[in-house]
Formats: sequence, structure tokens, C-alpha cells
Amino acid sequence: MILAFAQWCEASGVGTAIRESTWAFAVLESIHLISLASMGGTVLFIDMRLLGLGLRQHPVAALAADVWRWQTIALSALLMSGLGMYCSEAVKCYYSTSFWVKMCALAVVILFTFTIRRSVVFAPEGRHTRVTQRLVAILSLALWFIVSASGRWIGFSG
Amino acid sequence: MECMTLLPFVEWLASTRGSIALHESLYMYPLIESLHVLTLMLFAGTTALLDFRLLGLGLRKVPLSDITAKLLPWMFTGFAIMVTSGALLFYAIPVRSYQNVFFRAKVILLLLAGLNAWLFHAGIYRSVERWNHDEVLPRRARMAGLLSLVLWALIITSGRMIAYNWFDCDVTTKPTILWLAGCTERNSHP
Repeated sequence: MILAFAQWCEASGVGTAIRESTWAFAVLESIHLISLASMGGTVLFIDMRLLGLGLRQHPVAALAADVWRWQTIALSALLMSGLGMYCSEAVKCYYSTSFWVKMCALAVVILFTFTIRRSVVFAPEGRHTRVTQRLVAILSLALWFIVSASGRWIGFSG
Repeated sequence: MECMTLLPFVEWLASTRGSIALHESLYMYPLIESLHVLTLMLFAGTTALLDFRLLGLGLRKVPLSDITAKLLPWMFTGFAIMVTSGALLFYAIPVRSYQNVFFRAKVILLLLAGLNAWLFHAGIYRSVERWNHDEVLPRRARMAGLLSLVLWALIITSGRMIAYNWFDCDVTTKPTILWLAGCTERNSHP
């Protein structure tokens, strides 16, 4: 069923247009990388603060309130440019282990970010222990690392 | 003119053992490239946050010097990793990189980004005490933030484009590109 979806994606107008254009894939990749840098920066900023590294005189929630939006914007840009690239080579992705590692980790980290991580980040000062905050930060960093590293590897394999 | 080019140097570089080993390795090159790309988050990501603060797009309640104090160590660490891994990537493919228009554009853009950062630190930032807590920063600080964002986005884009061979000496026939890339008769398209 997933394979059928991948084949349909590749045959679709969007998939064909991106695959046959000289520049489209490269431009999508560049957008993907710029968004990766922006989102990675905000994730690091929040998670480093959760780990207690720097800016301790400012509450986590106050700092995160400002940058959470950028994280969401950059993530949306990542998802959209990623979807475009996927459509142009969906069948190759279907057979790529790196792709599936990335997708699983991505699903987990998005769910984690907008449920547990969000509630811990925006909780009133003192609600959660240091240990909880650090655990959330480490999990978030580790998951994003898996997503980005396996993402890069899709291009090398196959 | 010929004697002014670095072509003999990069050709020599390509003939060294380390360069050949990196070029032919199955895993080292992709690993270094992955490191280079992932460090974007550390370096360009934290730079973008500082630029957002300079532009007043967020973190306006946080004094600028608090942000630089927190972010600069990460930016320097990220930059050191970017430069080291980038140099190794160049070392693996010296001649093609040297004659790649996107690589050349990237080097110029990097110099401009460095100039922008230097002008900011040596200029308006010296009086940071006076406007550290302002929510809207002086014009020159905002300009530096905007320029930095634009330059780094262009650097990332040109860096990504190096991988494509559209304008390689042995592919393109456009005279302007051949000239910009410094192609010689030896390695141009027949």
C-alpha cells in the first residue's frame, strides 16, 4: 500500500515536475538546509537552556515563548520542502533504510515536541525538577540528531 | 595571468596521499560531509537567533550582551567545526572545487559575512552598553543582522550547489562560466 502511494507520488504532476527540472530539487534542498539551520538553532537554544547552560537568569518559558514560533515556522518549511523532494523520488525512498529511520524518528520527535516538551518548557518555574528538564532536552537533541543524520544519509545510500 | 592562479597548487594538493585517501574512502567523505551539514544547526542556527534579536524579531526583553554571551561560544565552536570539515571536503576534491563557480561564490560570500561581523563588532557593538536593553536596536545593528541572515542563506545555498556539475569545466560550454570558473584548455569540454 505504501509502495503504491510512493509510485503514485512519483507519477504525480508535482513529482514529475521536480524530477524533470534541473533546478527544482537543488532549490528545495537549499530551502531544506536553511530551514534545518534555523530550526536546529532554536531547538539547541531551548534545549541548552533546559540543560542549564547559559541565560539562567531568564525563565525557560519566557525565552521559549519568543523562539517557539520560529521553530514551528522552520519545521513547516522543512516538512514542505521535504515533501517536494520525497515526491520526486518516492520509490527510491521506499527502499531506503535511512529514509524509514528518519521518518520514524521524525514522527516521534514531532509528537514529543508538541506534547511533553512543550508542556515542560512552558510550565511555571519549579513545576518540574532539573532532572526532568534535562531528560527532555537530551531526548529532544538525540531524536533530532537521528532525524538529521539519517536524513543526510538518504542521499548517500542507494 | 596563468602564473597568478592557484591551479598548480590545487593540482599538487590533489596528488597528495591524504587527498587521494579521502577521495576514495567509502565512509570518510560522507561522514565528514554529514558533520559539515549537521553543524549548520550549531553555527548557522545560533547565528540566525542572534540576527533575529538584532532585527527585533524576538527575544527583545533579553539584553543583547546576555544573548551574545550565551551564543558566541556555540557559534565559535560551530564555526571551527565547519571550517575544519569544509577544508577536509575541499582537500578531498581540490581541483574540481577550485574550478567550481558555486565554490568561488561561496568563498566571496564568506569573506563578506566575515567583513559584516567584523564591522559590527568593531563598530556599533562597542557602544552596546548604551542600547543593550533596548527593544528596538540602532539602525546599524539591525542592518548587520539583516545582512548576516541574507549572506548565510546564500552561503548555505551556494554550498549545496557545489555538488551539482551543471557548470563544471568539462560540462559547460558557456564562455562566461568557463572564465568565472578559471577553466583551462586542458580540462574544458573538447
